Amino acid sequence: MPSYRELLQQTKSEIDEIDAASAQSLEGAVWIDVREADEWQEGHLPGAVHIPRGFLESRIEGVAPDKATSVVLYCASAARSAFAAKTLEELGYGDVHSLAGGFTDWKRNGLEITMPRTLSPEKRTRYSRHLLIPEIGEEGQLKLLDSRILLIGAGGLGSPASLYLAAAGVGTLGIIDADIVDETNLQRQIAHSLDTLGTPKVDSAKRAIEALNPDVDVVTYRERLTSENIDRILDDRWDLIVDGADNFPTRYLVNDASVWRGIPVVHGSIYRFEGQVTVFNPHEGPCYRCLFPEPPPPELAPSCAEGGVLGVLPGIIGSLQTNEAIKLAAGIGDPLVGRLLLFDALSTEFNEVKIERRADCPVCGDHPSITEYIDYVEFCSR
Amino acid sequence: MSLVRVPPVLREEAGGAREVEASGGTVRELLEDLTLRIPALGSRVYGDGEIRSFVNVYVDGEDVRTRDGLDTPVRDSSTVILLPAMAGGSFASPMGDRSPTAKRSSATATPR
Repeated sequence: MPSYRELLQQTKSEIDEIDAASAQSLEGAVWIDVREADEWQEGHLPGAVHIPRGFLESRIEGVAPDKATSVVLYCASAARSAFAAKTLEELGYGDVHSLAGGFTDWKRNGLEITMPRTLSPEKRTRYSRHLLIPEIGEEGQLKLLDSRILLIGAGGLGSPASLYLAAAGVGTLGIIDADIVDETNLQRQIAHSLDTLGTPKVDSAKRAIEALNPDVDVVTYRERLTSENIDRILDDRWDLIVDGADNFPTRYLVNDASVWRGIPVVHGSIYRFEGQVTVFNPHEGPCYRCLFPEPPPPELAPSCAEGGVLGVLPGIIGSLQTNEAIKLAAGIGDPLVGRLLLFDALSTEFNEVKIERRADCPVCGDHPSITEYIDYVEFCSR
Repeated sequence: MSLVRVPPVLREEAGGAREVEASGGTVRELLEDLTLRIPALGSRVYGDGEIRSFVNVYVDGEDVRTRDGLDTPVRDSSTVILLPAMAGGSFASPMGDRSPTAKRSSATATPR
């Protein structure tokens, strides 16, 4: 049986070892760091993908699905990468190289390295249950911490959404709401409490979020969304909108602005025992106007009498919205695009209907007829 | 007979029922049958030979507008979903509120 040294010599003779300059001249090559996580944290080559040696076989197709792709492997000193190169050749990769001298020589020669962003020990603890999920992990958690999500409304839907988004570590949460907390809200609006009765909902929600997670930066807008203020608010670079509005004028304003600015909207609405959720991802799927092109006109007046709602329903629907928002922010899973999810709390049933993008949609269609904001006026005759 | 799911905002018209039955080989026949059986409900969804504005009709999960409209075939095993626009607590009540004293709201376009 050969010794380790003999096996390494043998393997190195069977694979291609490449110097840094030649490796850098390879067009379209995938660079893979096969070292362990603690070594990666100390710095790595720019643009490299981290796949520890033990995961190489199982993960290589994810980063290099085409076996004709040039692959440059490196470790600390070109031993592990030599064995790794041999493995990839056995898997059918045709242009595999092991970087001579590895990371040690690269760094010693003064070539550029990247220090990975990492979570502080406190954040590792707080988000440990996310870090344990491979689909999220450190990379996904960093994306959540970098993301900026705007909540329309701090009421029934906005309460669970704001709390779960804050708990998940979404870095910046914007909240728009003009209302004040009153006793009738407490049956379902769990971000508010007896302590905050009579205070603006945005301040009450901010207090609840900060008590839960001080990592979150909360931006409050104590105003009703209108054509006058929507651009100012959206200029604050939101990645995503969670729409928990309670009226048509706001729904349409949010929709039109999101289509023009390309911001995805996670839509939720509730009534009595039933709720609806969908994701409007501009130009990739339908928008709200593909579903309902215009709000109802005066002669088909919508009732704005308070219809009542089961207190837990906004908890369920707002949480489903949050699920979509977290997936979009972390870039995982299949978002609820082109599908309207209907939930019936009485029968505990979910149904789904398809929503298609309409070529004749007045906003996101091929020949849009609406190109500036419309303030629909909603009034109630009491 | 096909199953028609009644949205919460139209349940009073259906005597509180969450599901009703109606028959027809197409959406048109089904809505005409529904209007005969439960005029209060049918007339809120269908009138003058058209599906009312601000109500969407889905057969087996698909919007009939994206299929053959009123000619979209319906099978006995089909489930039909009626879906009026709904925005939080406010919703489109396709015929308007019948009670003259009811609180009403309305949306009027005011282009900027």
